[in-house]
Amino acid sequence: MPDTRDPAADPDDARSPYGNPHEAVAPTGGGGALDLAAGEAGTLGAPERPRSLWSDARHQLARDPVFLLSALLIAFLLFIAAWPGALASGDPLSCDLALSQEGSRPGAPFGYDTQGCDVFTRTVYGARASITVGVCATLGTALLGGVLGALAGFFGGWWDALLSRLADVFFGIPVILGGLVLLSVVTSSTVWPVVGFIVLLGWPQVARIARGAVLATAQADYVQAARALGAGRGRTLLRHVAPNAVAPVIVVATIALGTYIALEATLSFLGVGLRPPTVSWGIDISNAAPQIRNAPHMLLWPAGALSLTVLAFILLGDAVRDALDPKLR
Amino acid sequence: MGRYVIRRALQMVPVFLGSTLLIFVMVYALGDPVAALFGDKAPDPATAARIRHDLYLDQPLWRQYLHYMGQILHGDFGSAFNGQPVTELMAAAFPVTLKLTLVAVVLEAVFGIALGVASGLRRGRPLDTGLLALTLIVISVPTFVSGYLLQLVFGVKLGWTRPSVSPAARLDELLLPGLVLALVSLAYVTRLSRTSVAENARADYVRTAVAKGLPRHRVVSRHLLRNSLIPVVTFIGADIGALMGGAIVTERIFNIHGVGYQLYQGILRNNAPTVVGFVTVLVIVFLLANLLVDLLYAVLDPRIRHA
Amino acid sequence: MSDTLRPTTPAPAATAAPAPDGPPPAAPLLDVQGLRVEFRTRDGVARAVNGVSYQVHPGETLAVLGESGSGKSVTAQAVMGILDTPPGKVTGGRVLFHGRDLLTLPEDERRRLRGARMAMVFQDALSALNPVMTVGDQLAEMFTVHRGASRRDARARAVELMDRVRIPAARERARDYPHQFSGGMRQRIMIAMAIALEPELLIADEPTTALDVTVQAQVMDLLAELRRDLGTALVLITHDLGVVAEVADRIAVMYAGRIVETAPVHALYERPAHPYTRGLLDSVPRLDRRDGELYAIQGMPPSLTRVPPGCAFHPRCPRAREVCRTEEPPSHPVADGRASACHFWKETLDDLR
Repeated sequence: MPDTRDPAADPDDARSPYGNPHEAVAPTGGGGALDLAAGEAGTLGAPERPRSLWSDARHQLARDPVFLLSALLIAFLLFIAAWPGALASGDPLSCDLALSQEGSRPGAPFGYDTQGCDVFTRTVYGARASITVGVCATLGTALLGGVLGALAGFFGGWWDALLSRLADVFFGIPVILGGLVLLSVVTSSTVWPVVGFIVLLGWPQVARIARGAVLATAQADYVQAARALGAGRGRTLLRHVAPNAVAPVIVVATIALGTYIALEATLSFLGVGLRPPTVSWGIDISNAAPQIRNAPHMLLWPAGALSLTVLAFILLGDAVRDALDPKLR
Repeated sequence: MGRYVIRRALQMVPVFLGSTLLIFVMVYALGDPVAALFGDKAPDPATAARIRHDLYLDQPLWRQYLHYMGQILHGDFGSAFNGQPVTELMAAAFPVTLKLTLVAVVLEAVFGIALGVASGLRRGRPLDTGLLALTLIVISVPTFVSGYLLQLVFGVKLGWTRPSVSPAARLDELLLPGLVLALVSLAYVTRLSRTSVAENARADYVRTAVAKGLPRHRVVSRHLLRNSLIPVVTFIGADIGALMGGAIVTERIFNIHGVGYQLYQGILRNNAPTVVGFVTVLVIVFLLANLLVDLLYAVLDPRIRHA
Repeated sequence: MSDTLRPTTPAPAATAAPAPDGPPPAAPLLDVQGLRVEFRTRDGVARAVNGVSYQVHPGETLAVLGESGSGKSVTAQAVMGILDTPPGKVTGGRVLFHGRDLLTLPEDERRRLRGARMAMVFQDALSALNPVMTVGDQLAEMFTVHRGASRRDARARAVELMDRVRIPAARERARDYPHQFSGGMRQRIMIAMAIALEPELLIADEPTTALDVTVQAQVMDLLAELRRDLGTALVLITHDLGVVAEVADRIAVMYAGRIVETAPVHALYERPAHPYTRGLLDSVPRLDRRDGELYAIQGMPPSLTRVPPGCAFHPRCPRAREVCRTEEPPSHPVADGRASACHFWKETLDDLR
């Protein structure tokens, strides 16, 4: 088992010139980081038994209240995304214009929107679209970006150069503008165009992280040693480099998940993301906005749900990063 | 230094060409601008063909692209379908968005750095923990939500500002929209400065500065901050381009007639020349901002300057 | 920001004078008494320094010898007052400088001493110098801050200093940044900065460890020469026994945060009075004994969060008995100016090689 405490690439690429601040990885620091005096740190706190990065991370996460809270919240969100009917008995699409913009009442705690739809039911059903887009887009960017970035970092040469330039091109397109242009011609009301778009513009961010991590790991002494001992390139990549480069990719992907949900809502708000009859918080907020003076409840409930969901995933990403980045300890 | 600048500038050329080509392909390959021009009516085939010919639309895409790039080099962005030159639209829209972006960048830099440094110097104390939590919450609230909320609170409930901005878009009117536009970036700048300051505070050269017997304010201002703020300044530089592109949401909330408004109209009407023109200029701004960041990096960090 | 704009403090004449009653000539310049330093880490409290005492007399060179993790650098940082707090914390003891306890001194007074009357040379000059300031500015800062010198004067003094540590073309190179110098030249700049105000005490923390062997000797010679010229007392922290033999007057050997043996340098080399010192000396390869295998002290240095009870060295000591596991050995006076913290110091001393 190689020493997994070796340098993982820094996921905080603050200079990442990505088009949207939503997309930049949150540059946060570790509160508990501890460096002892130079030269004296060697034996201080040296572990008595060898611990791997992953078991260390598991240990830390199990004791981290922020992680536990966000994980609980996400579990709840996943549940209502899968079975919204369990929480809201109504039908999000059956509306009664007579109830337009009515306030809260028994059976409809969040009131009604302009069409007379039950805001509570729609807020509950809105989780499904957000979660689906967030999870699928994250899986897509992590897979595409992770694989492409790892190959670029490991094989280098023209493949690396080509991929880096390609990533630069996608970085050069401001995200929301790209979304407006590309998605405005789509007429499908499924989530897939939005997912595809996010993957298309999101993969370079993950690819950069993966490339950096692989470059750093490939330089590590134990990988050099494995190659010197005659391990083939493919074997070296799969057995030694990839497992250690995975941590930064997981970190950046977890944090990105929250920002992807926010991005989907923003695109839906602008009218190019999800389309009715899909129930989406972004659409509901957009519809509620003109009535913000008379009936703010129509906006506040879906907006609150959206923000809380994004927050839950960002908190989770933050906690995972703190646990997986040994440099921050 | 000079060679570094030239190298960075040359590296931008293929990125510029690639990004604009991508946008060009998206706009022209996916939508039919001529059909859009006629709205619901079926276009007369002869007229449609003439328009296509006039607009170079009957050519293969790569020729269209080259033709368009050639025109841009002469400062000609073509005309919108109603005959108005795109440059005229730009002249009206860009100053407004530029003003909004500047307000946002100033707010982001001043408050972001101040809060981040204060937090980084008190790592682990209540102020630090509280600010960190607050930044996460701010990052989690999408701009269009925070925009409506602040508009509701300051524009409607408190009545401190008018909920929407007049066409003149005076600076004081842009304060609230600028804050909305800056908010997420502001939180990032706070976190970045905080991390950078906290990390550098443990650096050997700071220890040296203390060992030299320098007063604390001098250790912080001359040694700690100059090093810590390098990544922050470059983040803010790169953010200028991102904010201009992202202003579209803010402009819609506050009814500001800037770049985002024009673009939005262009996209709704499938007005290809407007869309491609505006996006091309935004890509240029974006790339120039990144070039500026590289230069700034070289100015601030001698290790890069002499590399 | 302009240097002339900030209120600079003139030379601290009041604090520069010796303590009011004037120490007798034999009084130590630096007297560390029972110093204790702890670090609070994730894995518990690390006791990095556990009651260290040593004296340094004016003009004397004391070598502090020990493995990494023995607490030698932390002791020096506590003396200089540059410990990272938190996580580090001085939990006991006194640090007397000219008879005044630095640990109870107001921070501002202590700051005026730092750099001016006691200075430090760090191990890794590349990271210890500010990467975004020219070396000239970093040197000049000493004069503007401590002496209230004008920018011009300070600059001229900086160039003089660089000349003094034999950096070629000092005037031009003062405008360069640390990364533009070679390792040896950087360490010279570090030394120049430390001697800028001719301090009475210089602490050098492994000043040559990061350098090439050929450059090590040059830097060490320079340090020794400047020390002689200025009459500075030197605390040399090192793990290099060769360096110690050449420049030190006395040696203090540290192990697990304690001083286990102090002695004049030749006495210690001839007849160590502690098994750990003995082990260190035996593990140096010697040209005159090429037959046998190289000796190595068994085991690993202890984790400072779990220092063994009794004598901290007992798990690795060939001479360990039951008493070593239970009783912490006091510092036994061995001879004039010699002490050993070993229950069996006599036996060790008499054990001929």
